[in-house]
Amino acid sequence: MASKVIHAIYNDDDILMHAVKQTRAAKYNIEEVYTPFPVHGLDKVMGLEPTRIAITAFMYGIVGLTVATTMMNFIMIEDWPQDIGGKPSFSYIENMPAFVPIMFELTVFFAAHLMVLTFYMRSKLWPFKKAENPDVRTTDDHFLMAVDTANHDIDKMSKFFKDTGAVEISIVEPDDDH
Amino acid sequence: MNYTLPSKLKLFAVILMVIGAVGIGAGFLSAPGSTAEVKEMMAAHGDDHGEDTATESHDASATAHGEQAHGASHSAADQEKHLEHTLHQLQNRPWSALYVACFFFFMIALGALAFYAVNFAAQAGWSPVLFRVMEAVTAYLVPGGIIMFVLLGLSGFHINHLFVWADPEVVAHDKLLQGKASWLNGTWMLIRAAIFLGGWITYRYFAVKFSRAGDTAQANDHSNFTKTFRISAGFLVFFLYTESMMSWDWIMSFDPHWFSTLFGWYVLAGMMVCAITTIALITIFLKSQGYLEIVNDSHIHDLAKFMFGFSIFWTYLWFSQFMLIWFANIPEEVTYFMTRIEDFNTPFFGMLILNFLFPLLLLMNSDYKRVNWFVVLTGIVILVGHYIDIFVMVMPATVGKSWFIGIPEIGSMLFFLGLFILVVFTALTKAPLLLKNNPFMKESKNYHY
Repeated sequence: MASKVIHAIYNDDDILMHAVKQTRAAKYNIEEVYTPFPVHGLDKVMGLEPTRIAITAFMYGIVGLTVATTMMNFIMIEDWPQDIGGKPSFSYIENMPAFVPIMFELTVFFAAHLMVLTFYMRSKLWPFKKAENPDVRTTDDHFLMAVDTANHDIDKMSKFFKDTGAVEISIVEPDDDH
Repeated sequence: MNYTLPSKLKLFAVILMVIGAVGIGAGFLSAPGSTAEVKEMMAAHGDDHGEDTATESHDASATAHGEQAHGASHSAADQEKHLEHTLHQLQNRPWSALYVACFFFFMIALGALAFYAVNFAAQAGWSPVLFRVMEAVTAYLVPGGIIMFVLLGLSGFHINHLFVWADPEVVAHDKLLQGKASWLNGTWMLIRAAIFLGGWITYRYFAVKFSRAGDTAQANDHSNFTKTFRISAGFLVFFLYTESMMSWDWIMSFDPHWFSTLFGWYVLAGMMVCAITTIALITIFLKSQGYLEIVNDSHIHDLAKFMFGFSIFWTYLWFSQFMLIWFANIPEEVTYFMTRIEDFNTPFFGMLILNFLFPLLLLMNSDYKRVNWFVVLTGIVILVGHYIDIFVMVMPATVGKSWFIGIPEIGSMLFFLGLFILVVFTALTKAPLLLKNNPFMKESKNYHY
């Protein structure tokens, strides 16, 4: 059976940041932190790995560029050659300036949309998904840190989180909220 | 902490200036004096490559896409006329080389001044630790502006032949230039230049004065900051108008038949990216010498973001200007790009690699913007690229097909680089490297990403 989880609730992001540092120093295992808004620097304090979404964005951009080039080449040059700007050269490279806006836009389009989709998938967010946050107040003005109790002494841990400035502490069975 | 100018750096700058001056002198001395000399040079050139048709093909294309620089009719493109034409181009070459290098370093100082004003007007919190570096870069505005003014005077009054519109004989046969003569004439252009330079230098004088006054003022007396904030806002309005007109006068009027409405922005984008790159390079240099220990990687990161952003912005404007004219294909507009694509193909398209692809790929990653040697490498490439940009803006109208990056160009470059280093680093010694009594100083010192 999985161990219990402590939910420590804070009402200030600075106190939360400090508490996260203390918790990590005390070698407790933070499962997740729920905040109503992005807290600057929290990821670094929690020791999360840096995001790799930039790399995916770059690759999606390349895909978009390729799609634009292939598409324009087929439409405007191969399938139905068009006289572009009075310069009927029917060559992609010579007419390239006219295609740059489309190449640019599709690069951005692919990078942006696929990046958002990737982000949703990595965050396990999709339509009709039940919200994961254990306490609705984390969508308003409270911050919640979920810490795995493992085989630590729960009373000692509760006291520890009280000392870090938590306004409320609850101990929950796992799978209650997931 | 005060900066002391190392004697080695001073010597280095003086050596650059001497070598540069020799190069400039050699450029002027080696320019041909008569068509006979041109003939000799061309014959020697032809022998080297063993092609007798060289001069003929030269002739044909010169007729084909008209040399607006001299306006005269080329219908009778006889040999003598062509030789004279080449003679003028070769005589223009050392002057153009001087002009390009002079303008390039001047625009760095001017861009830094505008960036400084923007930081004040926006009440930026990250940058105050860099203000003394920016002030030092703008110090070049005064000597650079004076040399620029002298060069403009020489060109505007037809002592050299850089501006075709300054040649009364050409204007007499050119309806378009006659129409523009009320704006494009030596006197009025010099008056404008004096107003522009006067306004910029006056702003700099007061901004630096208030900044220095802050050093000796009482603690927490922010009145000097408020004064600079006010004049910066006013200066920016003045600057955006005058910078635009300056770019028409000093650059676009080389091709007086041609015009582009976004030319001012285009020059501005190049100017800003060069200025911010120079600020970053000098900051990194000072850090490597043990100064500016308060400046951290986050400040460099922000400068690199601006380098990246303005490089993209420059490319955007380059392309906007190019694509519309290329697409519309109106003869009077498209000549500008015809000469550049046909005679300046390598520098014209090559600079897109230096000014766009290089910064795009090297500075895209957030981590790379914090690696100092990466920023230095990209910065040098950007500066070279934008020198070529100015080169390609000026040279096609003045030297045309006779261009080459040789002794006059490199000499001028080295001379002004030496002068720039000397002026900027001397200015750095004049005041402590960190200013006092700026309300954002604490924020800037604690700045982190």
